Amino acid sequence: MSAMTDIVSPNASQPVSIAKTAMTPTPASRTHLNLPNDRWKPMEIAFWLLPVIAYFAFPGYLVLISQIMIIGLFALSLDLILGYAGIVSLGHAAFFGLGAYTAGLLAVHGWGEPVSGLLAAAVVAGVFGFIVSFLVVRGQDLTRLMVTLGICLMLHEAANKASWLTGGVDGLSGMMVGNLFGVFEFDLNGTVAFWYSFAVLFVLFVVLRRMVKSPFGLSLIGIREGVRRMPSLGVNVNRRLIAIFTVSATIAGIAGALLAQTTQFVGLDSLGFPRSAELLIMLVLGGTGRLYGALVGAAVFMVAQDYISGLNPAYWQFYIGLLLVFIVLFARGGILGGLEKLAAGFKSKKEAV
Amino acid sequence: MLANFAGVLFDGIAYGSLLFLISVGLSVTMGMMNFINLAHGAFAMLGGYVSVTVLSALGVPFLASLPLAFIASALVGLVLERLLYRRLYKASHLDQVLFSIGLTFMSVAAATYFFGPTQQPVTLPEWLRGQVHVLGLDVGAYRLFLIGVVVLVTVALGLLIERTRFGAQIRASVDNQTASAGLGINVSLVFSLTFALGSGLAGLGGGLGIDVLGLDPTFPIKYMVYFLLVVAVGGAGTIKGPLLAAIILGVFDVAGKYYVPEIGAFVIYALMVVLLILFPAGLIRRKA
Repeated sequence: MSAMTDIVSPNASQPVSIAKTAMTPTPASRTHLNLPNDRWKPMEIAFWLLPVIAYFAFPGYLVLISQIMIIGLFALSLDLILGYAGIVSLGHAAFFGLGAYTAGLLAVHGWGEPVSGLLAAAVVAGVFGFIVSFLVVRGQDLTRLMVTLGICLMLHEAANKASWLTGGVDGLSGMMVGNLFGVFEFDLNGTVAFWYSFAVLFVLFVVLRRMVKSPFGLSLIGIREGVRRMPSLGVNVNRRLIAIFTVSATIAGIAGALLAQTTQFVGLDSLGFPRSAELLIMLVLGGTGRLYGALVGAAVFMVAQDYISGLNPAYWQFYIGLLLVFIVLFARGGILGGLEKLAAGFKSKKEAV
Repeated sequence: MLANFAGVLFDGIAYGSLLFLISVGLSVTMGMMNFINLAHGAFAMLGGYVSVTVLSALGVPFLASLPLAFIASALVGLVLERLLYRRLYKASHLDQVLFSIGLTFMSVAAATYFFGPTQQPVTLPEWLRGQVHVLGLDVGAYRLFLIGVVVLVTVALGLLIERTRFGAQIRASVDNQTASAGLGINVSLVFSLTFALGSGLAGLGGGLGIDVLGLDPTFPIKYMVYFLLVVAVGGAGTIKGPLLAAIILGVFDVAGKYYVPEIGAFVIYALMVVLLILFPAGLIRRKA
């Protein structure tokens, strides 16, 4: 796990597990306090220039690029609980859909101001996530899976039946989204939607990046790797899981609201099981537990989907299934994991010479 | 009103026993191999399509199509277990979930490719249609037949597991793999055969269930949660647990859809969340 190697201080000669390092700090690690280097690497800066380059290089694809960034944000939210804390969720679309419907309903009923709509969606999804998190931390993998799935299905069914409010199967239309900051109107080209999504994604990414590299983020990895040891370090496991689940639900809600505002439509599928499953696929495709994996996975997945499902939707599902089986059997760690392995192999070869 | 209630109860039990038949294999694989198999519904779907195909294309009688559904699903289960599933017994639950979602998606796409996206019709033989008068109650003949088959299968399964040498080997392997292997039991073969048996039962359930559950390519996804539910609520690794859970869920689902159609499937999901919170390890725990 790259995350594990991150934790180990640069001075430690052999890999030490977190619990051990924390209990018996070596003199060297004490002075460095074991916090990983938080400075932005050149590769990361280059990565964040990509959307800007894409903006100028593919002006005809702004809508797709915006959606990639929004779904990437959604995948980030899942990475927090799955990649860092190790909670398997099959129902993360619940929070996405909740955020989408919150922003959508506000806009339909006359509250079209985008930023406050985004905040409202974040609050609604966050509060719901906080409530659900108490159920999620109770069980083990199978129970968690079922509870998250069940809650997502419940919301889906509720949105389906309450068609007077949500439009049911036809989806929620008639959203009147106001101008961003009262100035920029959402245009058909998607220019404003692009910059809006990019700004929200980037700001949240900076916050989340800081969070997962903080002691709190490290304790989540500790919970994932050895949940029994964490209480002996004075960590209240349940409380931390509840905290990260709430944060994750909030982010998912914001992503949903972004999609609703930029497309001016909320479909019932935003709450569906396929969306949760696809999200899991994107994350695993990119690589879990490294934040960038979520973004890379979302980008690759959605570009491929745009291309292949244009040919035939049924084939698309077959190939995505095949890809999943392949990743699990042969390519653990996804795209970024594979690249890291390649880089590590290259490095050790260089050292040997 | 009372007759009405009895009718709902009867339909619920028929529905529940079908759920049990399909899910019991999942319970055993989850309890025995600790494998979360979301693709279990795909085996049921396979059984359904085999049954429909031999019925319409080859003109095989309905009763004879059921064993064929069982055999086809069991064979496919055996092959997949030997080739793919066994590699993942020691993998994390996340990997198992992803792998089986992948299989499910592939099965959905393959079914769409071969059979088209529409519902498959099934023509039941004359003697299974209409209503039968039992104990002062008019009940669907097919549902009565369904319950009968499930009772037979359950009794046979109980005898197999409690009374035969193979059953003893299954129980030993579930309890302690290492010790069983040390006693000369071929644990990996027992796993394979059990997996095949479970898949076969799912196929049988799929063939039997076309009239009740319907059959189209989204079947594995549509009913996935029901099968998982039966196992998660009932407790993995037992037979009684899923039976109890399946009957409860079946009755509540039918009753919910009958009495409060406006909230529909909401009843079953709410019930599931409540049951899982009250009994995180399932209704009936396996004795250690």
